[in-house]
Amino acid sequence: MTDPFKLWSYLSATPLLWLWATLVAYWIGDTIFRAVGRNPFANPVMIAVILLGGVLLATGTPYHRYFDGAQFVHFMLGPATVCLAVPLHANLPKVRRAALPILAALVAGSATAIVSVLAIAKAMGAGPELLASLAPKSVTAPVAIGISQELGGEPSLTAALVILTGMIGAITVTPMLNALRFRDWRARGLAVGVAAHGIGTARAFQVHETAGAFASIGMGLNAVLTAFLAPVLLSLFG
Amino acid sequence: MIPALTLILLSQLAGETISRGLGLPLPGPVLGMIFLLVAMSVSERIQAIVRPVAQFILSHLSLLFVPAGVGIVAHLDALRAHGVGVLVALIGSTMLAIVVGAAAFVWVAKLTGSKADD
Repeated sequence: MTDPFKLWSYLSATPLLWLWATLVAYWIGDTIFRAVGRNPFANPVMIAVILLGGVLLATGTPYHRYFDGAQFVHFMLGPATVCLAVPLHANLPKVRRAALPILAALVAGSATAIVSVLAIAKAMGAGPELLASLAPKSVTAPVAIGISQELGGEPSLTAALVILTGMIGAITVTPMLNALRFRDWRARGLAVGVAAHGIGTARAFQVHETAGAFASIGMGLNAVLTAFLAPVLLSLFG
Repeated sequence: MIPALTLILLSQLAGETISRGLGLPLPGPVLGMIFLLVAMSVSERIQAIVRPVAQFILSHLSLLFVPAGVGIVAHLDALRAHGVGVLVALIGSTMLAIVVGAAAFVWVAKLTGSKADD
């Protein structure tokens, strides 16, 4: 019989194991999410991340080795973003009629996301590098990393901050906007797309198709707007 | 399935090419989404081909963020070093941005008479 340690070192180095583990962790997360009546605090992404993070830490597996397997799932983010054209197309008449509210929510939400994170972090003693890493936190990861780099931030830290922001937005949006009695699915979707990019958009689709379509628009437009706003607003906190 | 994937990847490929080629701040997949949207508006055939596959992929959108999310583990030390300040800033700012964005939408929708019809 093969030495179990040798077997583990073989398996843990193959993409197969970590691809499988990613699917299982998400399956568990999604099952829990459904079992508790789709309670937003049981966010399936967060559960899967905690499970997999725990396994990596417990087994001493470096992230890059995990990613060798998980990259097949990660790759699908690009095609999935393209697929957002389908719900967007179905909602195109609604989007056209709401052009001005969309623009207002985009500018207000985007500026608030940048200014408030800088103000709070600075008040709590963050230095210039951390501020630059935080400024694009509401933007989809590939764009946020580019912005962070240009501002003198730490791109890999920005990637982690972006994901945390997405999970925070996905968890808080429904209970918060319910409590404040926002009933317009367009407003709810657009706001979460602007503030919490793709993870917020995925959450919006779980709740309502119109919300999801408007979240897709918010995410796409905010990627562009933040690229222009972040350098200007960051200079106010220099 | 195959024609749909071909069209989706073609849109992304065109998006990446133009985004990289012209150095645009828009990510390739977002530009690809716009191309596919235009193609769907022009051709009902393309709509019919793409729709079922896109709906399948989007119904599992959350799963696709898990690999990047696990990357937080690689930055636990950095996040811990910056302490609770970062977490407070992220939570406060994200919640505030959602409320301000939603409020701005509703306010301007009321001003311009843009009604939600569902």
